[in-house]
Amino acid sequence: MSASANNVADTPLDVAAIKADFPLLSRQVNGQQIVYLDSAATSQKPRQVLNALNSYYEEINANVHRGAYQIAEQATSATEEARAHLQRFINAPSDNEIVFTKNATEAINLVAYSWGRTNLNEGDSVLITALEHHANIVPWQQLATERGVEIRWLPITDDGCLDMVDLEQMLDGVSLFAFSAASNVLGTLTPVRHLADAAHAAGALCLVDASQAVPHLLTDVTEWDCDFMAFTGHKMCGPTGIGVLWGRAELLDAMPPFLGGGEMILNVTREGFIPNELPWKFEAGTPPIAEIIGLGSAVSYLESIGMDAVRAHEVALTDYALCTLKERHGDDLIIHGPAATGDRGGVLSICYRDVHPHDLSQVLDQRGICVRAGHHCAKPLMKVLGVGATARASLYIYNDKTDVDLLSDALAEAGEFFSHQPA
Amino acid sequence: MAGLEDLYREIILDHYRNPRNRGELETPPAHMAEGFNPLCGDEVQVFLHVNGDTISDISISGQGCSISQSSASMMTTAVLGKTVNEARQVIRAFKQMMSIHGDDLDGSDHDVSGETVEPNISLGDLEALRGVVKFPVRIKCATLAWNTLDQGIEETTS
Repeated sequence: MSASANNVADTPLDVAAIKADFPLLSRQVNGQQIVYLDSAATSQKPRQVLNALNSYYEEINANVHRGAYQIAEQATSATEEARAHLQRFINAPSDNEIVFTKNATEAINLVAYSWGRTNLNEGDSVLITALEHHANIVPWQQLATERGVEIRWLPITDDGCLDMVDLEQMLDGVSLFAFSAASNVLGTLTPVRHLADAAHAAGALCLVDASQAVPHLLTDVTEWDCDFMAFTGHKMCGPTGIGVLWGRAELLDAMPPFLGGGEMILNVTREGFIPNELPWKFEAGTPPIAEIIGLGSAVSYLESIGMDAVRAHEVALTDYALCTLKERHGDDLIIHGPAATGDRGGVLSICYRDVHPHDLSQVLDQRGICVRAGHHCAKPLMKVLGVGATARASLYIYNDKTDVDLLSDALAEAGEFFSHQPA
Repeated sequence: MAGLEDLYREIILDHYRNPRNRGELETPPAHMAEGFNPLCGDEVQVFLHVNGDTISDISISGQGCSISQSSASMMTTAVLGKTVNEARQVIRAFKQMMSIHGDDLDGSDHDVSGETVEPNISLGDLEALRGVVKFPVRIKCATLAWNTLDQGIEETTS
């Protein structure tokens, strides 16, 4: 091990114990022990969350907010307890501001449809950034097509941070500033509070796509002083099919319902309907009850580790990865994004020699190593980076130095394989 | 277990490193068709010059992995100078090869889609891509240029 790698701070986590909580991580793929490095796409699920899903179905499966019998009441209170738990987890003022959605994409679409179509018309503008995932681009493009709303793009610097030189000017006349708290491609952490303050100073609201932040660091909407925040459950040890929109109560109150149906009404007559109160106004139909309870359990799991410890672990491991990978592979390896671990999360978008990311991930797969190859649903960002695709390794609580070392070995192997000249 | 050697045959790596008929043709007289693989971001442009009934020139531009690039390269050598109908037959035969289920590979020539297999078409070097079907995610890489050529032929002959 190198001197520089030795200087890397040690993790505060007992990673072996955490790994043991995740049943999938004990399996083999292609005859090798799995090395899961794709948590930015979706995290693995601990036994505690899987048990919560099971117990719901085995013990209290009933529809919520309807039956007066015991298990229906238990299901309802478990769902609402999860909501309150989410509220505490992100330090939101009230649990009626926690709206359950299918995922972060649906949460952003909810704002674009309900708030956007109420408040934005031709001549209005939305500012987004060059870092955004398609989920925080396309809903605004749909508004642009439909309403003639202008979309502005805040650029990034060469090292993948937001370029804020012209921020004030770009915010001039903007109604909404929608940006991610952490990039799913570069790992960049953005200065959320600063951006929210700038938006408010310009008279704009702000929406934070926190899908890549909530699983990895302490998230505090009160401290961030944002107006909307979207995130998803499956990247934070929770099940798929459950996400959250948080919004300020006064904003959500003034917005019309997004989807119509059961649950979201107080009354329906032949003449019309009266929408339900927050948050159910935005939760039409039977909600994903098991998934809501599972997400609550995921929050408990993360809290038992401690979000400060999660962040410290990821900083230490990312530091180790940046040091050792660069030291061993030198100019063969490009890692996009910020160089300083203080400015980034554990997402490493890499290009190795001239091996195409798709081929790289194929070779890695033979070693049981799961990374994502492609454009990561951020094609405009790939264009800025000047690449068609990258291979992305992303770190989480169950990854350790050995995982990084195995990645490093496999990169060397891939380089060897593809540089071998044919006879 | 399918190994890397099943996928990355030497002939494939050769076409990847030394792509044939690479570049752009002037449009017109050539026609350009464009294909995307939304999964991985690969994109390909097929430039096609049909003279009378014959593909008199073809070239490829764009970016992609070794499988998509080598498949495109081999495709150009397979259809250059062929008539449009012959090219269509090669396309069909190639796509049939890509649709055979991996488990049925050895010695089997039946096609799960139930379509008539092109019996008289020799795929030559393209046979090297047969191993791709053991890696289902990569089939789209291998067929990207072919679907784009198919589309280009439709556009030029319609």
